[in-house]
Amino acid sequence: MSRIELKCDLLVIGSGIAGMAASLFAANRGIKTIQIGKTNTLSFTSGLMDVLAVHPIEEKRLWKNPWDAIDTLKKDISGHPYSKVSKDTIEKAFKELVAFLKSADVPYANYQNKNVNIITPIGTLKPTFFVPESMLNGVSALEEKKPCLIIDFYNLKGFSALQIKETLKDKWQNLRTAQIKFLDSSKEQFAEQMAYDLEKPKNLDKLAKEISPHIKDAEILGIPAILGVKRHSSVLSKLQELLGVKVFEIPTIIPSVPGIRLKKAFEDKLQDIGVQSFYSQEVIQVFHKDDFVFDVTGAASMFKIRTKGVILSTGRFFGGGLSADREKITETIFNLEIYGPFLRKVWHELDFFAPRGHNINNCGIETDEYFHPIDKSGKVIFNNLYAVGSILAHNDWTRMKCGTGVSVATAYSAVNAFLNQKG
Amino acid sequence: MANLETQVLIIGGGATGTGIARDLALRGIKCILAEKDDINAGASGANHGLLHSGSRYVASDAEAAIECREEGEILKRLAPHCIDNTGGIFAAVSGDDEKYISDFPSMCQKCGISAKPIDIKEAKELEPVLSEKTIAAYLTEDASIDPFMLSLENMAQAVSLGSSYMRHAKAIEFKIENGKIKYTKLINSKTGEETKVFAEQIVNAAGAWAGEMAELASVTIPMVYSKGSLVITQKRLTKRVINRLRKASDADILVPGGAVSIFGTTSIRINTLDAIYPTVEEVDFMISEGAKMVPILETTRYIRAYAGVRPLISLGAKKGDDRSVSRGFVLLDHTENGVDNFITITGGKLTTYRLMAEKTADLVCRHLGISATCKTREEPLPSTTHGKWTEPAMTPKMWMQKQKTDDILLCECEMISKSAVDSLIESAKQSGDPALKVLGLRSRIGKGPCQGAFCSLRIAAYMYDKGELNLDSGISDIKFFLNERWRGERPLQWGTPIIQSEIAEAIHCGFLSIEL
Ligand SMILES: Cc1cc2nc3c(=O)[nH]c(=O)nc-3n(C[C@H](O)[C@H](O)[C@H](O)COP(=O)(O)OP(=O)(O)OC[C@H]3O[C@@H](n4cnc5c(N)ncnc54)[C@H](O)[C@@H]3O)c2cc1C
Ligand SMILES: Cc1cc2nc3c(=O)[nH]c(=O)nc-3n(C[C@H](O)[C@H](O)[C@H](O)COP(=O)(O)OP(=O)(O)OC[C@H]3O[C@@H](n4cnc5c(N)ncnc54)[C@H](O)[C@@H]3O)c2cc1C
Repeated sequence: MSRIELKCDLLVIGSGIAGMAASLFAANRGIKTIQIGKTNTLSFTSGLMDVLAVHPIEEKRLWKNPWDAIDTLKKDISGHPYSKVSKDTIEKAFKELVAFLKSADVPYANYQNKNVNIITPIGTLKPTFFVPESMLNGVSALEEKKPCLIIDFYNLKGFSALQIKETLKDKWQNLRTAQIKFLDSSKEQFAEQMAYDLEKPKNLDKLAKEISPHIKDAEILGIPAILGVKRHSSVLSKLQELLGVKVFEIPTIIPSVPGIRLKKAFEDKLQDIGVQSFYSQEVIQVFHKDDFVFDVTGAASMFKIRTKGVILSTGRFFGGGLSADREKITETIFNLEIYGPFLRKVWHELDFFAPRGHNINNCGIETDEYFHPIDKSGKVIFNNLYAVGSILAHNDWTRMKCGTGVSVATAYSAVNAFLNQKG
Repeated sequence: MANLETQVLIIGGGATGTGIARDLALRGIKCILAEKDDINAGASGANHGLLHSGSRYVASDAEAAIECREEGEILKRLAPHCIDNTGGIFAAVSGDDEKYISDFPSMCQKCGISAKPIDIKEAKELEPVLSEKTIAAYLTEDASIDPFMLSLENMAQAVSLGSSYMRHAKAIEFKIENGKIKYTKLINSKTGEETKVFAEQIVNAAGAWAGEMAELASVTIPMVYSKGSLVITQKRLTKRVINRLRKASDADILVPGGAVSIFGTTSIRINTLDAIYPTVEEVDFMISEGAKMVPILETTRYIRAYAGVRPLISLGAKKGDDRSVSRGFVLLDHTENGVDNFITITGGKLTTYRLMAEKTADLVCRHLGISATCKTREEPLPSTTHGKWTEPAMTPKMWMQKQKTDDILLCECEMISKSAVDSLIESAKQSGDPALKVLGLRSRIGKGPCQGAFCSLRIAAYMYDKGELNLDSGISDIKFFLNERWRGERPLQWGTPIIQSEIAEAIHCGFLSIEL
């Protein structure tokens, strides 16, 4: 059967943060890029961008300065992806990413070059680095313990302002709460739909009127992250104007609007800068390995892609880059060597929240300094294949708080390595 | 320290303890039941849920087999809402002991147990998942029973007749004076609060912990512990209970329970009761062994594993594996040991819980000098709201009937709505503060594919809104609840469950940083 064959220089497999970042960096460097992504993992993310906040994880040691933390980490865990990138690389990678997101009206910022504490919907504090600008006001308000009102919405489940207030009681006494019926509705509320509704000025006016009487002495308002999707900045500034106080967003349990904003920004704007992207398509097998040739399939299509290089950013079990049966863990496209031939009985700790983390989170692909996957003997498998993001070994991002940072930094390094090799 | 007085104090809230509470209450005797954790925290909440026809025991223990048959018949008649009367098939596969197979019908007949031979083709028609290598099959009277509903309903009726239930109340000390227990000291495991209970009679129904309990009164009961693990499949695999037709052994029973099936078990000697959990090795062993009888066990998806402990009373040293140590029950009157008002009931089976309760209550009455006869042989077990939420299809049914847009689902996997959570909270509050684990025990919360990752957060938020949680108690509550669930998920981490647990970890640790 003859099928369409597309050609490119670089194929990015994956549409999580690592794949998106890799596609962005490649397009910015003029590389002819195709991106394939099977599922949408971005709208599951919180929208926060960690660099590194905890190390060593067994001591739960928290760092205010992520760059110092990385220095120590490099000494302690030689296999960690950060040990293959310089601080300068990480900074440049984020600078390029943040500039792109700003152009897509999803502004990100960081606070005094330090890790910040973001209030979560259960009232815990999440240490992270780059945050949506809409969350930054909350960071300083918490530090200064300003009089604050936090609202939630009737029937928006998994978000209770009272829970946040109660849980934070010894850290922030000046909190008050109120529950609002969103646009008078008593039906179940969904964050994404609410966010689109608020892009209509009359809805935003109405919401402001509901909230206003509760403001009283509050100098700042905390609200679930529902302030618009594509027109987010203007929704936020308009609400601040209507209420006469600063407003900050609190991320919600998934699917989260800040994650959806990232997804939309990438999906819309990567096309504009020349990435040919196919979402809801899956790479099912690879044939040739010199110039790689892949079979790709989706709901209504089947085609081939011929490419000079590949960036593998397929994530872990949730993303689909790894799969596990009772005996072993497999990389799903190339059947690459996986670090972590441990037995299943030691994959996981008995305590789900064990400070040292689960062994399995350290399994993954090992690479050389250019992010070429290597085999057991340390030999590069294909010199035109790169692996980036959470599929990499020795990187327990959930405990270290380094998920996005590792994804973005490794994507940046791999794209540059590909460029240098090609040229 | 608070003082309480009662006629009878029962220690242990499993099927036996709650059964005794009901039996006594029906005889007009009031009691307090103290449970260190919650209803069915022990073996009664960690078993196969098989209402034995007796067929399994015809070779090893004819007496137990007959007891099972008789009690099974009584329960099917009096507590039908707790039972799914599925019937059973005993099936042998090639390689199984031919002599056992040929002796089986006559052994059953001797115990008055029905076992109807069917040909292999018919067996495969009735239960298509049976192995191609099936060589013999019999139809039996086995059934499936919901142990949670059973214990909750027993306790509910006792409470309605004036008895009371104390959750998180652990017995830690007996004050013995003149050969009698003067009072029992209980400690609340949540608050540390202590209570003295002055009771005329004390019944030790602490299951595997009965030995520990007796030790507090300086009485020694020679016990050994045998751990058994089980796995739950995501889908129900058969209509009937399937038993391997061979001498009772490991990994040879498959019991349907509502929308799922439960497969097991193992038999592992353990020395302490501290850490009872299923291991990866047990799960792997059971799957490969069980697949000989039902091959689909090799590939089907599992959602949870759990483990319970069988208390085995070593009355004299018998050789062989733990299955040959008596699984019959023992009722001990400690008058013999110089403690006049202290009785221990342990061992036995879920199937025979009613009989165990009857015999115990008879002895209590004799001690109290009361002549009142047992009513549980004739009186149906009432169906109340306390037990109803444990039924898999119950909450969706109620929710669909009401069709109120306002009554949103807090748990989407098992369709548990705000109003269902409201009534669970009310029910739980009768015996202490509600917590996620307490609600989970009384319903299907956390038992669906998300394994609690989402519903724990939503229900905790809802409980704060209702004022049922305060300060940061919700955080420890969520962690505790998820860790409880995790014990049962850990040995099953491959395929889809590993994806689910990765999402759970991304949310709870990656994002919420709840572990910090
Ligand atoms: C619940 C949650 C909370 C999070 N919170 C934070 C946070 O607070 N801070 C932070 O920094 N990060 C957070 N993250 C993000 C996390 O850092 C990233 O998920 C992580 O870095 C992994 O990114 P990735 O791109 O490597 O993998 P993934 O996001 O898993 O993406 C893998 C991609 O590969 C695709 N794919 C796989 N196989 C194929 C195939 N055969 N063909 C085509 N496509 C394929 C998948 O469809 C998917 O798009 C969170 C993530 C989740 C899920
Ligand atoms: C793996 C396995 C599978 C089984 N399958 C079946 C089956 O399919 N069919 C069947 O009929 N039987 C089965 N059984 C047997 C059956 O489960 C038990 O016989 C029965 O549940 C025992 O009930 P119980 O109330 O005596 O003990 P338990 O249910 O163990 O109750 C004892 C209670 O005492 C409490 N307690 C302990 N110490 C204290 C203290 N100090 N203070 C207060 N409370 C205390 C415990 O928390 C516990 O809740 C199985 C058993 C196991 C282990």
